[in-house]
Amino acid sequence: MNKTHDNKAWLFVLPVVALVAFNAVIPLMTVVNYSVQETFGDNVFFWAGVTWFEQVLQSERFHDALLRQMFFTFSILAIEVPLGVAIALTMPRKGPWVPVCLVLMALPLLIPWNVVGAMWNIFALPDIGLLGRSLNALGFDYNFTRQPGDAWFTLILMDVWHWTSLVVLLAYAGLVSIPDAYYQAAKIDGARPFAIFRYIQLPKMKRVLTIAVLLRFMDSFMIYTELSVLTGGGPGNSTTLLSIDLVKIALGQFDLGPAAAMSLIYFLIILALSWVFYTLMMRNEQQ
Amino acid sequence: MAKIVLDTLRHSYMPNPVQDSDWALKQLDLQWDDGGAYALLGPSGCGKTTLLSIISGLLRPTHGRVLFDGADVTDLPPDRRHIAQVFQFPVVYDTMTVYDNLAFPLRNRGVDEAHVDARVREIAEMIDLTHMLERRAAGLTADGKQKISLGRGLVRSDVNAIMFDEPLTVIDPHLKWQLRSKLKELHQRVRTTMIYVTHDQTEALTFADKVVVMNEGQVVQIGTPVELFERPQHTFVGHFIGSPGMNVLPCEIREGRAHVAGTAVDTATTGEIGALTGEVRVGVRPEFIRFAEEGVPARVVKVSDAGRFQVVEVRAGDLPLKLLVPEGMEIPSEEARLAFDPAHTQIYRDGWIVA
Repeated sequence: MNKTHDNKAWLFVLPVVALVAFNAVIPLMTVVNYSVQETFGDNVFFWAGVTWFEQVLQSERFHDALLRQMFFTFSILAIEVPLGVAIALTMPRKGPWVPVCLVLMALPLLIPWNVVGAMWNIFALPDIGLLGRSLNALGFDYNFTRQPGDAWFTLILMDVWHWTSLVVLLAYAGLVSIPDAYYQAAKIDGARPFAIFRYIQLPKMKRVLTIAVLLRFMDSFMIYTELSVLTGGGPGNSTTLLSIDLVKIALGQFDLGPAAAMSLIYFLIILALSWVFYTLMMRNEQQ
Repeated sequence: MAKIVLDTLRHSYMPNPVQDSDWALKQLDLQWDDGGAYALLGPSGCGKTTLLSIISGLLRPTHGRVLFDGADVTDLPPDRRHIAQVFQFPVVYDTMTVYDNLAFPLRNRGVDEAHVDARVREIAEMIDLTHMLERRAAGLTADGKQKISLGRGLVRSDVNAIMFDEPLTVIDPHLKWQLRSKLKELHQRVRTTMIYVTHDQTEALTFADKVVVMNEGQVVQIGTPVELFERPQHTFVGHFIGSPGMNVLPCEIREGRAHVAGTAVDTATTGEIGALTGEVRVGVRPEFIRFAEEGVPARVVKVSDAGRFQVVEVRAGDLPLKLLVPEGMEIPSEEARLAFDPAHTQIYRDGWIVA
């Protein structure tokens, strides 16, 4: 092997290194810095070691928030992925309705997140909102600002409305890439609709669905804006997910140390779970 | 197995076809004998695939009927017609093993596992897939996948016909020969009707007992490879089959004889040609023209060496012509005379041969 040794290459990588340093590494390091120190104000810091990490990991409050977070994320995944695939399957593959369907599907994704929160907040208000009033008129005792169950129902409904489209669009992209010959061959082989789904459509959608699950997993684990506008974590702490809790600790109580430690733990959880997801889903591919 | 009859078939992709060009298939009456090896040959866009889809039931014809052994199947879906089709691009079920792929058409029809196993192993043996039955189909090469498609067609013992839609397009050249001779061999073993669609004349002529040549939505000739070569029924067949294609020359009819570039030529046409109207042409293949002492005066323009013979381009007056001269034969340097073999020189009127 003839390798050219030329250190000029480093020069070209430098701008990227600088950029990543400024927008990721340095902020992250600040957080790491806070997480191992204690301060009483006036910019005076004391070494605190792993105290904050121990405190966060042992705190019941963090455990509860994490459990709620898990519950939320797995609920919306369990609804959005099958629902998205089902909608994508019913969408036309050819013809004038294709662009119409695509635009309709993309609409929820184009709305700013805080607007989504505000919209659903008003929509669900039991006294003036369309959803809230209708449910009450139908005899349900619905009030998402007071009853935790109703708050969860509204939260999940909002997320499904907002993000199922993403799964639909990705699944649809996978579906339209299947050549007609596959469907024709399946017809000739006498395959039933379920067999077509199981052996043609699902395998061909696998890659995009992996991406969809990963994106939805990470995004829902970090949900903040819509949730904070809709319920603000309430009633009580019933919808306080990790991000809401983090903001309460960091900005509400100004406990920088514990908040920084929690951020890092939060970050590592997302990283680890994403990695597990990805390896599990890609392992089948290798076989 | 069945005899397939296409009765006054017409098809258009438009809802309201009005003019001639709206029809993808113009009037078609065809009969495919049981157990024949047919090739459907024609240029891209001539309606080959449309015709195939109508036979397999993927497409319903605008007009006419499809009969399998006398039974009208025009309205039956593909799976009830008991046909198999191999597509241009290999279709395999990625998540299944080769074995499951081959078993798929049988299992879908509720065949019991013992019988499935016997058939799959028998077919795998035939197409040399036995050693990879347990492998996942996704990892195979294009020719391996195409073999699976073929195997799925062969695995059912009750298929009426197997159809191939340009199946070798994506196969490497050196494997094309192998697969093609394999197909021929398989046909001799199983004796199922096979219809092979292609735009490649070599493929068609080597595979088929009978070749159906199509152009612009109609069948221009059905015949054995030899018939197509020696007596093209239409100037299109002359052009399309053979390399280089047939010379189609304008001519004058005087005193009952055809004159090319002012010189009378003898033809195989026996009928009366004096009163022919329309566009009259003389057709003769490059193989059947030679340099001679007497005949049509011409000038040699270009000689290209094609190995065992040389392709000579000449001009007779203003008419460009090609002829084949065997290797080692003298080629006149400038002025020359051309003799047409009368047995293989035909007269065409408006494209069609004159009896």
